[in-house]
Amino acid sequence: MTPTIVLPLMIGGIYAAGVYLLLDRSLTRVLLGFLLLGNATNLLVLSAGGPAGLAPILGYADPEQFNDPLPHALVLTAIVITFGVAAFLLAIIHRSWRLARNEAVGTDEEDRRVAARKAPDADELDPDELAPEDRIAGHADSLAGDLEELADDVDLPAGSGTR
Amino acid sequence: MIEVLAPLPVLLPLLGAAGALLVSGHPSFQRALSTTVLTAVLAISVVLMFVADAEGATSVSVGGWPVPLGIVLVVDRLSALMLVVASTVALGVLVFAVGQGAADGSEETPLSIFHPTFLVLVAGVSNAFLAGDLFNLYVGFEILLMASYVLLTLGGTAARIRGGITYIVVSLTSSLLFLAAIGLVYAATGTVNMAQLAVRLGELPEGTQVLLQSMLLIAFGIKAAVFPLSAWLPDSYPTAPAPVTAVFAGLLTKVGVYAIIRTQTLLFPGGALDDLLMWAALATMLVGILGAVAQRDLRRMLSFTLVSHIGYMVFGIALGTAAGLAGAVFYVAHHIAIQTTLFLVAGLVERQGGTTAVDRLGGLARRSPLLGVLFFVPAMNLAGIPPLSGFIGKLGLLQAGVAEGSAVAFTLVAGGVVTSLLTLLAVARIWTRAFWRSPNQSPVEDTAAAAAADATLRRRPEGNGAASGDGGGTADGGSRTALQDAWRRHTAVATAAEPDLPPAAGAVRALRPLPRTMVGATTALVALTVALTGLAGPLYGLADRAATDLIDRTPYTTSVFGTEEVP
Repeated sequence: MTPTIVLPLMIGGIYAAGVYLLLDRSLTRVLLGFLLLGNATNLLVLSAGGPAGLAPILGYADPEQFNDPLPHALVLTAIVITFGVAAFLLAIIHRSWRLARNEAVGTDEEDRRVAARKAPDADELDPDELAPEDRIAGHADSLAGDLEELADDVDLPAGSGTR
Repeated sequence: MIEVLAPLPVLLPLLGAAGALLVSGHPSFQRALSTTVLTAVLAISVVLMFVADAEGATSVSVGGWPVPLGIVLVVDRLSALMLVVASTVALGVLVFAVGQGAADGSEETPLSIFHPTFLVLVAGVSNAFLAGDLFNLYVGFEILLMASYVLLTLGGTAARIRGGITYIVVSLTSSLLFLAAIGLVYAATGTVNMAQLAVRLGELPEGTQVLLQSMLLIAFGIKAAVFPLSAWLPDSYPTAPAPVTAVFAGLLTKVGVYAIIRTQTLLFPGGALDDLLMWAALATMLVGILGAVAQRDLRRMLSFTLVSHIGYMVFGIALGTAAGLAGAVFYVAHHIAIQTTLFLVAGLVERQGGTTAVDRLGGLARRSPLLGVLFFVPAMNLAGIPPLSGFIGKLGLLQAGVAEGSAVAFTLVAGGVVTSLLTLLAVARIWTRAFWRSPNQSPVEDTAAAAAADATLRRRPEGNGAASGDGGGTADGGSRTALQDAWRRHTAVATAAEPDLPPAAGAVRALRPLPRTMVGATTALVALTVALTGLAGPLYGLADRAATDLIDRTPYTTSVFGTEEVP
């Protein structure tokens, strides 16, 4: 038996193309990449069944000449799953387009905010360390004198000045 | 009896999902149906656990096909224990979701889709735990992933679509890798039955074994969020509705951990990649927890602790000893319960405070003391404060590490202790800020706007003083000015937006009561996590016996083939 070179080459080529497309930021290309990867994997599983043979139907051929039927069953299941997921992904892409007029992978804003944080921010301050005029409106100590001044621009809920 | 019971944790939720779809016009009927189904699954799982513990592993050939050909479900101590914990938290989360749906109307979670999808998710999780062959494990994963895609993007808002896409693409990649690994395993051994693989994989050349093992580990590592493969998790989980995040955090990563346990014990017991896993565990713990400490959003913080604590389980698995595995199994059970509970509490916090951004929360302890208790107990449990179950699990793992005695193991033990301390720091920060700070002290308006203002100020070259204040610990005067500047900016944002609100808006929001069903479900789960402490003795005993079975391997193979001989 001579091993076939065509299938491994095809599988490798499709994998390469699929990975290339998957790395793109545009979602349609990601979807295409996923489809290619799915097909490459199916071919891989199919080729795991060994050398080609006759259809595995009893009475049609000699069991010695059968192709291994199990990979066929596995691949059929995998095809159905890939199909379903691809359809869902397509729906998501459509939704993303409707929402944002954009079908590229977005950035994680909160992550950017955390990463960009360098200067100290207000949350990490103790109000008592600040000069009275810098304290936040509504801080207990700043209320006594500044109440009138504050009333101009802030509508504080009644009683919030007392602890 | 077990022949009848074993398939039910998969079958019942699937049938329930079909039923729930049929009655989607009648929400109350649908709620009753899904609750009943999950209660039944829980009951069956408990029975299975006791039977499996008493009689050892059992297997069921679905459809009566002879063993290596048909689909096999295997109930051993590990899978039965996982089933019980998983169905318990699933039931708790379902009740919580019902409460939330009843309180919100159906905008937040479209109920008619939610219930069937949730049941399908449970079916997939059960199938993955019970699967006796690799391909059925793959199918289990696909079922639960498919359901999780739908749940994660419920409602289809922009944020959810964005997080969902990351999640879907990453999951797809891991699934395809898993499928390719199955193809290669089949090509190498001619079978996908795990009991048969346990014998046949050992006969392969060493290089082939390592290749197959690493492919499977990478695929499961993505699902379990082990360090170099974990970046997707904190990006996608926090956007989903609270109950969905809770069930994902509890169950989905743990299914990956379960698969890693099976790979490392049943399929590849040689421990060829144990050292690599050790370092991955260390990196997972440290990188995860450092991320958690940096976060200022409750849900994101919890997502990072989730990643971090996966490291403990991987540590136990990588040790490869019975003690290490027992610790890992106990920790998985503990962590499923605790992480789900904390995410549910985050959902309650969001309802009570209107946000999960810690900067904008304050005074929760005074507004709702019950919520304070509900957060405090599981948070301390997560950090591993004695005598809670988190402490017991960590102690078991650290002892197993010390007993192993190698330099790597000691490094891991040190890393585990540091992680535990940093977890305490992370949850304590949330606790002091969100719960104990006076509500008036927190900037009322969107700090996102303030942060954006900060960013623009800093970017401007002539930005006065703000750029000099990096880190706060530089020249005293400069940093002080920077602090005051920052404070002023945040105040400005807070006050500028204030007149838009009706005068009493803040007060009204504070008084919004928490729906009783949601609080009830969360309380029940908190009680469960506390009960895990009381039941730690029997549970750890069960984990010990499960670990002995895993190391021994013959109980599994014997249960499938009925004899010690494996064809």
